[in-house]
Amino acid sequence: MENIADKQRLDRDFTELYRAHLRDVYSYAYYRIGNHHDAEDLTEQTFLQAYRHFDRAQRESNGRPLRPWLIRIAHNLAANLYRDRSRRPVTQLDDAAVLSAPQGTEQMVEEREEVKEVLAGVSKLPEDRREALIMRFALGMDNREIARALGRSEGATKVLLHRAIKQLEQDLEAEAWPQPAPGPGGATHE
Amino acid sequence: MSDAERVERLLQMALAPVEPPERLTDRMERGLSELTDAAVEELADWELAAMSDPRNWVRPALAVVVGGMAAGGLVLVRARQQHRKRHTTGLRALEKSVRDVAGDLEKRLRR
Repeated sequence: MENIADKQRLDRDFTELYRAHLRDVYSYAYYRIGNHHDAEDLTEQTFLQAYRHFDRAQRESNGRPLRPWLIRIAHNLAANLYRDRSRRPVTQLDDAAVLSAPQGTEQMVEEREEVKEVLAGVSKLPEDRREALIMRFALGMDNREIARALGRSEGATKVLLHRAIKQLEQDLEAEAWPQPAPGPGGATHE
Repeated sequence: MSDAERVERLLQMALAPVEPPERLTDRMERGLSELTDAAVEELADWELAAMSDPRNWVRPALAVVVGGMAAGGLVLVRARQQHRKRHTTGLRALEKSVRDVAGDLEKRLRR
């Protein structure tokens, strides 16, 4: 750090980064890990690590957004966490906002069941596909951002997302996707 | 609506952004303050060692001021702008004492 003005600017920029992306990092951590307790730990560690390397990251970003860099830190920390614990994440997303909302019409109840099945399906996907879906749908990241966060090319990321959605679609069809009602004389689906 | 579009729509609903709990902001502030406290302590240790050489007397004062400002700046991280008198008072006292020493030394050197 060269002088006081630089230090002040850096802290101001970091504060902005924190405010802009706290929800992103927390959402990523929550869907990646599956419970609020560990998601809080991961979010905290992510920002502490980010603060330590913020000066360098800012210099090397060439003005590009730092969200993919933040998510990449969270991604690496999460990977270390599971390596240390020698287990896959346990998904306990039952208290996700969409599932804990009060029940409404029959259609809403049905939709809620489908959402539950989708969440269960996402948790069973291979790690890279699951992460790509979290980044796209929970964080609203575009292909370029996801590519930077995962350290892949944009083309590879596009394929990854396509395959993730395709696999989820097939898994849901195979397991619990509501089947159309049988026509007259048709066999019922059990 | 195709199956793929349906899955995407359900994914939007299933993976809705999650608001972090309020207590996380407090934790973050504590963690970042500890980082800056460690940096200030490091500066203070270096300062004690450097004090034996009068040529170094002004620089530690500046360094501690920088450290103090770093800690102050990071308090901005907190969404709720609460004041933590105890913590800032400690840093300010340290900052002031070093400034006083530096000012005193400067006066003596001018004489």
